[in-house]
Amino acid sequence: MSDIEQLVLQATTEFAGIGDAAALEQAKARYLGKSGSVTELLKSLGKLAPEERKSAGAAINSAKEQIEAALIARREGIRYAALEAQLKAEALDITLPGRGLSTSGLHPVTRTLERIEALFRSIGFDVADGPEIEDDFHNFTALNTPENHPARSMHDTFYLENAPGLLLRTHTSPIQVRYMETHKPPIRIIAPGRVYRVDSDATHSPMFHQVEGLWIDEDVSFADLKGVFTDFLRNFFEKPDLRTRFRPSFFPFTEPSAEIDMSCVFCDGNGCRVCSHTGWLEIAGSGMVHPNVLKHVGIDSEKYIGFAFGMGPDRLTMLRYGVNDLRLFFDGDLRFLSQFR
Amino acid sequence: MQFPEHWLREFVNPPLTSAELAHSLTMAGLEVEALQNVAPAFGGVVVAQVLAVDKHPDADKLKLCRVDGGQGETLQIVCGAPNVSAGMKVPCALVGAELPGIKIKAAKVRGVESFGMLCSARELGLSEDHSGLLALPDDAPVGVDIRSYLALDDKLFTLKLTPNRADCLSLKGVAREVGALTGVPVVLPEIREAAVAGDRRREVVLDAPAACPRYCGRVVTGIDAKAPTPGWMRRRLERSGIRSISAVVDVTNYVMLELGQPLHAFDNARLHGAVHVRFPAPGEQLLLLNGQTVEPSADTALIADEKRALAMAGIMGGEESGIGDATAELFLESAFFAPGAVAGKARALGFSSDASYRFERGVDFATTREALERATQLILDICGGHAGPVTEAIDCSHLPKREAVRLRVARAEKILGIRLGGEVAARLLKGLDFSFTREGDTFIVTPPSHRFDIAIEEDLVEELARLHGYDNIPARLPQGLLAILPQNEQSRSIWRLRRLLAARDYQEVVNYSFVEVAWEQDFSANREPVVLANPIASQMGVMRSSLIGGLVANLVNNLNRRTERVRVFETGRCFLRDSQGDQIAGFLQPKRIAALAAGPTAPEQWGLAMRHTDFFDVKADVEALLAPLLARFERLDHPALHPGRSASVVLHGRVVGLIGELHPQWVQKYELGAAPVVFELDLDAVLQQPLPKYREVSRFPAVVRDLALVVDQEQPAQDMLEGLIAAAPVFVREVVLFDVYHGKGVEPNKKSLAFRVVMQDTEKTLSDGEVDAALVVMIEAAAQKFAAKLRS
Repeated sequence: MSDIEQLVLQATTEFAGIGDAAALEQAKARYLGKSGSVTELLKSLGKLAPEERKSAGAAINSAKEQIEAALIARREGIRYAALEAQLKAEALDITLPGRGLSTSGLHPVTRTLERIEALFRSIGFDVADGPEIEDDFHNFTALNTPENHPARSMHDTFYLENAPGLLLRTHTSPIQVRYMETHKPPIRIIAPGRVYRVDSDATHSPMFHQVEGLWIDEDVSFADLKGVFTDFLRNFFEKPDLRTRFRPSFFPFTEPSAEIDMSCVFCDGNGCRVCSHTGWLEIAGSGMVHPNVLKHVGIDSEKYIGFAFGMGPDRLTMLRYGVNDLRLFFDGDLRFLSQFR
Repeated sequence: MQFPEHWLREFVNPPLTSAELAHSLTMAGLEVEALQNVAPAFGGVVVAQVLAVDKHPDADKLKLCRVDGGQGETLQIVCGAPNVSAGMKVPCALVGAELPGIKIKAAKVRGVESFGMLCSARELGLSEDHSGLLALPDDAPVGVDIRSYLALDDKLFTLKLTPNRADCLSLKGVAREVGALTGVPVVLPEIREAAVAGDRRREVVLDAPAACPRYCGRVVTGIDAKAPTPGWMRRRLERSGIRSISAVVDVTNYVMLELGQPLHAFDNARLHGAVHVRFPAPGEQLLLLNGQTVEPSADTALIADEKRALAMAGIMGGEESGIGDATAELFLESAFFAPGAVAGKARALGFSSDASYRFERGVDFATTREALERATQLILDICGGHAGPVTEAIDCSHLPKREAVRLRVARAEKILGIRLGGEVAARLLKGLDFSFTREGDTFIVTPPSHRFDIAIEEDLVEELARLHGYDNIPARLPQGLLAILPQNEQSRSIWRLRRLLAARDYQEVVNYSFVEVAWEQDFSANREPVVLANPIASQMGVMRSSLIGGLVANLVNNLNRRTERVRVFETGRCFLRDSQGDQIAGFLQPKRIAALAAGPTAPEQWGLAMRHTDFFDVKADVEALLAPLLARFERLDHPALHPGRSASVVLHGRVVGLIGELHPQWVQKYELGAAPVVFELDLDAVLQQPLPKYREVSRFPAVVRDLALVVDQEQPAQDMLEGLIAAAPVFVREVVLFDVYHGKGVEPNKKSLAFRVVMQDTEKTLSDGEVDAALVVMIEAAAQKFAAKLRS
C-alpha cells in the first residue's frame, strides 16, 4: 500500500470513529487544513520532478476527494444521529389523553327535532312557531272544537289564573292556525314545540313536545298523506321496509281522520314486549283538514284541500334510542343527557 | 265500551274468528283495545251438588264431603273451604281435570282418600275471590260442564271509541257496524209493546223542550223488587263492566247496553203529580244517588215532580226518588236529552255516568219509546207486575234535524286520491242504512237518527273511506312546486347556536316551563308571576320568567349525584306580564337562550391545572355566541346576581341579556358550594348576524407599539378601549388590551392597563412621525377622559 493510500485509510478510519461534530472538524483540519497531511502532500509536489508531478498530483487529488467524501458522509452521519437522538428524547406518550375542554351535546329530543326539521325541509316544508300561552280560540274554537265539545275532555288543559280564555296550548295546532291566518296556500309547514296537558305519570309528562305538519294545496289527497308520512318514518328510523297502517279515528280538526301505526321498530312487526305483541306502534294522528278549520282562517275549502298530522318527538326519541322512561328527558341528569353527544 | 263476544254474535254472526272480527272493527275506526278470554283454559270441571259434609277425622279445618257430580257414583272429596255445606251446588274438578296450574288426581289428604276438588272462583281463574267455594244457583244442572253452564268459552271485547261514534255505545250499534262491514244481516231482539193493564199513568210536561224534546214514561205496578236478576243477564252486565244491583236497575242497564238508550226507574210511590223536565229554581239543591248534594247550574235540566227536583236529566237520579227493595211500583223513564244540554255538566261536578257519557255524545232519538217497551217487557218477565199506558211528550221542533248532505263522488275521489265510482259509493251508503237519492255521481244523503256525526260532505267521505278500507288507499309520494325555501343570511339558525354551545362543552337540557314561585322571587324578584289556575303540583305553579331557576335546579340535582362540573344550557320561552303583550294580549313570551357553568373550567385531566370557572370564562362564551357582533357589558344590579360580578349585555344600545356570578345568598340557600356563572340572552338578538363586509388588506408593513396607562382601580377597561379607538387616526387598525397589572410600581388604588396598538395604512408605509403623533393623540385623549398617566 502506498503512503497516500495509507493516508486515505487512516483518515476514513479516524472519521468513522468520531461521534461529534466538533471533533470531526478538528480531525478534518489534520488532513485538509492549512497544515494538514493532504495539504502538506500537495505542497510537496513542487519538489518532485515535473514528469512525476502529474501522476503524483492526480493521486493526491484523488486521495483528497476520497477524504472529503468521507468527511461529508460522516458529517451527515453525525447530523442524522443527533436528529435521531433529539427525536428519541422528544418522543411523547401519545396515549395520554388530549388536553383542554371536552364537548357536550344536544338534548336527545331536540336532536330528534333537528332531524325531523331537516327531513321535512328536504321536501320543502318550512318551520313555523307560535306562543305557548294561547287563547281558547286558537287552541280549540278555530280547530272546530267549540265549548263543551266532547273532544275537549280528551285534552286536560292548564288554564291561567285570572285570565279568562287563556291557557297553555295543548297541541301545536294553534301554530298552524296562526300560520294560515297570515299566509296563503300553497302552505307546507311543520310546527314543532312544547305543549302542556294536566297529566303526570310514568308515561305522561305535564309538558312534552309535538310536531305537527300541514300541507294545503289545490290537489292534495289522503293518498299523499299516506305517502309523505310513511316516507318520513322510513327515513327517520332509517328502515326502508318499515310499514304503516292508517286507521279511521276522530279529531275535530280533520275529516276523514286517521290514527297512524307503524310496524314495531324493535321486532320489525313480529311482536315483542314494546309493541304489546301486536307488531304495531301508535305513532301519530292525522287526517284531511276539516273544512271548518279552513273557513275560520278564510281559505276557500272548495278550492283547497289539505292534510295534517301530529306526532310526539319524545316518543320518537324513545323508540329511536331505546330510552324507556319519558321522565328522564326533563330531569336534567347529566349522566343520562351526556349519552347523546 | 266492553262486552262479551257471544252477545254480539247473537245479533250478527259473521264467518270471522274473534281476532279477525277485532281486526275489522279496529280498521273501521272502532279500535279494539283489548280482546281477552273470559276464563283461562281448563277442563273436566262440572256442576256438582254437595250431598253431605262430615268432619275430617284428622284435621280440624278440613271437611269430608260426599258429592254428586252426575257421574253415576257419589264422590268422596276432602275440602277446606269455610262455606262448604250440604245441599249447595259448586264447581267440581273431577279426577283428570286440568285447572290453571294444577292437574287433579285421586289423592290421600291427611290419610283420607279424595276424588276431585271443589273449586273457588280463583281456582278456575274467574276472579281473585278465594274466600270460599264458588256457590252456584240451586237450579244449576248437576253434571253439566261448568264451561258451558257459565258460558266461559267467550271473549271480552273492549272498544276504545272516539267521541263521534256514540252510535256504537251499544250492542245494537256495534252489530249494525259489523253488518255494514261484512254484509251479514243483523237480527235484533223482537220488541213487542207490553200489554197495558190498568190506567195508572203520570203526566209529563216538557218545560225545557230544547234540552228535552222527547220523553216517554210509564207506571209499572205490583212488581217484586227483590226478584233475582237471571244469571244470563247478570253475566252479560258483569262482562260489560257493570255491577249487578237489583233486577230493575239491572234491566235499565241491560237495555242501555243493548240498545244504547239510558233509562231511569223512579219509585212511583214517592212522586207527586206530573213529571216536569225543567231548569232549576235559584239555589235549588238535589241529593244524587252517589250521595253527592249538588246545586245544579241554571242551564242544567232537571226531572221534577210537582213538589221537588227528582233527578239531573240524563246525568244521574236522585236519592229520594230512587228505588229500593220495598219498591212496589215504578215510573220508568226513557227520554232524549240534547247533547248540548248535558255536555260538560257531569264533568263540572267531578264525575261521569254511563247516561251522561251517552247523552252528551248523542243518543238515537227515534228509538226512545222502543227502549221503554223493551225494558217493560224484561221487568214484567223478571219482577212481574202490570204496565200502565205510555205517556209520551214530544216537541218535534227541538228534536235534532237530519239535514240532507250532498256527496259528490268526484270530490270524494279527489280528497282520498283514489278511483271509487258511483256504484261502489251507493253500495257502501246502503250498507250503512243511509237513505239517499242519486243523480249521476251526486248523492243527496240523509243520515239516520243514530248518527250525530254526519253534517257535511267530508263526513260522508270518511264513511266511504272507512268502509272501502284505509288500507285500500295507496300511499303516494306527492308532486308539488319545487320552489326554493328562502334562507335569510342575516339570521342564523338556532341549531347553530345549540351546536356552538355544545362545542364549548355546555350540555343542552329541557326544563319545565312551570316553576316554583320561590324561583321567580329569588332569580327575578318577580312578585307578579303568571300563575296557573290548575297546576299539577304546587312547585310547578307559576310560569317561568327566566330560564335561570331551572338551570340552578339542574346544578343542585347534579351536585347531589356527585357531578361536580356542571355546564348546561337551555333555549325556550319565558312568560312575562306586559300591558301590551305580543301575540297574546297582556303577555310577552320571549324566547331566550341561557347557560350555567359551575366547577372546574375543564374536566379533570393530567396536563392542566384545575381552576374554577369564573366570570371571564363565561363572558368569552357569550362573546363567542354573539360573534361577529360585539356587545358592551355594563354594570348591573340584578337580584339573582353578585352585584360586583354581573353585567347586562348590550347590543346596538339595547339590553339583550345578562351575565354574572350567582348572588352569594342564593349560593348559600341552594347549597351550591361555589358560585356558578350564568348568562341569559334574548334569542332574537343572538340570532341576528351581519353580512360580512370586505375591507382592503394592506400591502404595507404594520407598526406595533405598546402603551401602558395607569388609571384608577375603578376605571372600566371597556371605556378606555373605546376611548382610545375613538381618538385614534384611521390607520390604527387594532387596539388590544393585553395586560392588567396592579402591585409593585403602581400606586395602591391604581392599575396599569397595557394596550397593543397596531397601525397600518393601506396606501403607504407609515413614517415614524405619523406613528408617534398617533400615540400622542391617544395618550392625550386617555389623560383627558380617564386621567390616565403613561406608566414610566
